[in-house]
Amino acid sequence: MGALPALPVAVPLLVAAALVGLAPVIRRQVADAVALATALAVAALCAALLVQAAGGPVVYWFGGWRPRGGIALGVAFTVDPVGAGFATLAGVLAVAALVYSWRIFEAVSPLYHALMLVFLAAIVGFCLSGDLFNMFVFYELLSVAAYALAGYHTEDPGSLRGALNFAMTNSVGAFLVLAGIALLYGRTGALNLAQLGQTLAAAPADRLVVVAFLLLMVGFFVKAAVVPFHFWLADAYALAPIPVGVLFAGVVSELGLYAVARVYWTVFSGPLAGGGGLRAVLLLGAVATALLGGVMCVLQHHLARMLAYATVSHVGLTLAGFALLAPEGLAGAVLYLVADGLVKGALFVSIGLVQHHLRDIRELELHGRGRDLPWAAALMALGALGLAGVPPFGTFRGKALMEEAATAAGHPWLTALFVAVAALTSAALLRAAGRVFLGIGVPRIDALRRRVRAAPHPHIHSTLIGPAVLLLAGALALGLAPGLPGRVEAAAERFTDRPAYAAAVLQGATGEAARTTHHAPGSLAVPAALAVLSALLGAALALAALRPRRRPAGRLTRAAGRVWAPTAAVLRDLHSGNVGDSVAWLVVGLAGFGTLLALVAR
Amino acid sequence: MTPTLRRRVFLVAAAVAGGLLLWGLTGLPDYGVYPGPYGDVLNAVAVDERKATNVVAAVTFDYRGVDTMGEEYILFAAVVGVAIVLRAQRGETEQLPDEDAADRRAPGTSNAVRVLGLALLGPVVLFGIYVVAHGHLSPGGGFQGGVVLATGALLVYLSGEYVTLRRVRPVALIDLAEGSGAAGYVAIGLLGLAAGATFLENVLPLGQPGALLSAGTMPLINLAVGVEVAAGFVLLLSEFLEQTLVLRRPGEVT
Amino acid sequence: MIYLPYLVAAWLFLVGLYGIVTSRNLVHAVTCLSVVQSSTYILLLAVGFERGGTAPIFLDVPVGTKAVDPVVGALTLTDIVVGATVSALLLALAVQIFKHHGTLDPERFRSRDD
Repeated sequence: MGALPALPVAVPLLVAAALVGLAPVIRRQVADAVALATALAVAALCAALLVQAAGGPVVYWFGGWRPRGGIALGVAFTVDPVGAGFATLAGVLAVAALVYSWRIFEAVSPLYHALMLVFLAAIVGFCLSGDLFNMFVFYELLSVAAYALAGYHTEDPGSLRGALNFAMTNSVGAFLVLAGIALLYGRTGALNLAQLGQTLAAAPADRLVVVAFLLLMVGFFVKAAVVPFHFWLADAYALAPIPVGVLFAGVVSELGLYAVARVYWTVFSGPLAGGGGLRAVLLLGAVATALLGGVMCVLQHHLARMLAYATVSHVGLTLAGFALLAPEGLAGAVLYLVADGLVKGALFVSIGLVQHHLRDIRELELHGRGRDLPWAAALMALGALGLAGVPPFGTFRGKALMEEAATAAGHPWLTALFVAVAALTSAALLRAAGRVFLGIGVPRIDALRRRVRAAPHPHIHSTLIGPAVLLLAGALALGLAPGLPGRVEAAAERFTDRPAYAAAVLQGATGEAARTTHHAPGSLAVPAALAVLSALLGAALALAALRPRRRPAGRLTRAAGRVWAPTAAVLRDLHSGNVGDSVAWLVVGLAGFGTLLALVAR
Repeated sequence: MTPTLRRRVFLVAAAVAGGLLLWGLTGLPDYGVYPGPYGDVLNAVAVDERKATNVVAAVTFDYRGVDTMGEEYILFAAVVGVAIVLRAQRGETEQLPDEDAADRRAPGTSNAVRVLGLALLGPVVLFGIYVVAHGHLSPGGGFQGGVVLATGALLVYLSGEYVTLRRVRPVALIDLAEGSGAAGYVAIGLLGLAAGATFLENVLPLGQPGALLSAGTMPLINLAVGVEVAAGFVLLLSEFLEQTLVLRRPGEVT
Repeated sequence: MIYLPYLVAAWLFLVGLYGIVTSRNLVHAVTCLSVVQSSTYILLLAVGFERGGTAPIFLDVPVGTKAVDPVVGALTLTDIVVGATVSALLLALAVQIFKHHGTLDPERFRSRDD
């Protein structure tokens, strides 16, 4: 169907408007059913788009305005497998979130459902768009819906403050993006990605191009929560409603990285190509994000905050894949991102399960109280393994591709980073799971006094476990599907091929791009061993954290403790949740990245 | 960070960032010289192709109509978001302000304000409708006209009491208007699909430039946007006024 | 070459950010965000300005008269709507925060416990 690209955006918007227009007369069950049906339809439409885009980019010009003489007059959606894949991911996560909120969530219906549908529509539009300002509009739309949904729990002042910090910091980021768009428009007079790329490719990079890229990159990095633009994330993601957290952790943070990749490859890969320096700058950001996120994750005892920092650190790992600026790294990053999003969605649902049954979400308070929730325990343990990137999860395949690309590009040390960060994040989760579900470790005195065993439930409603199981199954399917890495690599090749993209958009060329020969994928034995190693490291760290100290600590342990404790205190203080702090760090990051870019891109 | 440290860190970083920004901005073409093709092409062809004399409106509602649909929904999402964030919490009750007016000796609204407000109400609403209707011809359009219309509601509140405002703007009607304005835009887009063209294609008869009923779907879109913006701002106004004037925690006095 | 409009845009941007960073009142911080946003309006409109050009409205003037760029006008219109609505949402959040803490001063909020 020719109009397929427009439908996954138009349909949820229309249904959301209807839900609000008829709000006084719609009952909760009707709103639930309608919203769920719409989300399913969106997921199905995006999957159909993915299939259609596999044969060549699908270009859809709104309003019938086709380009004239290489000048784009209207707005286009350019659908390629990567964009359609993320849109499908968003649809799937939205279905899971809406199934979850069907049973548990006390929704201010149908306003909540309307906002979730608008949120979904905006994410899909953002992924499919081929016009820079159109991307900005959908970016702002998904942000506004996100701010409102993050502040949903109005009885919780922490949640409100987190939403305010979220809104202020991300708005500043959005204005940075807009400034970058203004600069590019001033130079080229174009807003279409392909046209921008063609115009910029004609001249070498000068200061305007560098600063425009800086502004766009930093603006999108704020959404992605790359260090030091990440200070807003923990409060917002951890205290938002669980179904909203599923979407946040599953796809929203990653959209920032997608945007930078898309903008780089379609617009800037001409003038800013061959960037050994650019690669170094991006890798610096990736390493800082991955490590800081991992360390903060281990320091948390609030389960949702733990997941929020795990999201940050995995954004760092994904950025490392993108930062290699080559198709193989991009392919690994994309695959890792989708599988990781599914796993994090499942983990959010399982945390929601725990919170619903035990009325608490803090690890220390929950000590041993989860003994009667074997399902939640299994889900969390499997999720931890998925985060660690253990085969046969899809995250393993993504990481293997990224590690291979890193070694080929001359950065073999990235493999060590992947192992270390995977160990950290899975350690935090395994420690939490051990404490909550198995009661390992010494409980705090006050937790002992307040211990109330959860009333044994004869059954846990399937709508609570179902979404998590399905999401984990999806992550497993990505890891087991035959031929998937090859297809993702082919999609990444097309994503990074700027001239072919421009030809498809501006001249309507539909021919298949020339395929560069694929190297046969290397043996998976080494990556598998490394992944299992990181999982084992994680388990060891978790046990070390839980086991009571029997012998007096050795000198090495005491020295490590002397360094660790004050560092942890400083890190905790830095992440204060204060709006002024977040914005100040944003400007520091802008200045830092800007200086580095100006130095390397000349 | 302590406030002093934060200010110092910011000033250093802002100096560097500001320098970089200016360095980049000097790469722009001269101020007052617009080189790019996009605007010139549209200025040349828009009036002829779409029979709309306001080229900015043609860009907003036709050439880049999808952007405006997204923008309308940003307003929609923000209004719904405010309604969710400012909803009555547990323990808050509604208490209309005129219930304790009996023994209150605060001065009522002065007659001058009341007369002026009511006298202006008609012209303001009329002007708002004019701006919405002529969006494709002269400066204006759905967004601007919608805001003017919403100020009519503000005039009602200023020239009367809050209860008057509540009587004048039944919540169900405003919700319906908000929803239909937003849905209307998408419906017009789907109209294009139904007519066998692309989404949001201008498929209605175009008429003559300068006439009120010209430019195809543009007046319709202006109408939808105007309704949605007016309803949205009235809702925002009511939500905030309700927070201040109506919702009371137990034990709280005016 | 005239740089004044670009200087003004950069200045407004930084001044607004300074206001947010040193703010002692959430409503003040939200207003500073509007200042940051107005810098983007100026940048956009300056980029599309054509010296000697009239508004791109051809009701009274014939088509072909030198006019400024209509596209940046449309972009700024979108930008204004976005900014107004985000401000509304932020102020709603500020109202609810005030009800919980009794103050709008960010320094006086207890940092959340872990």
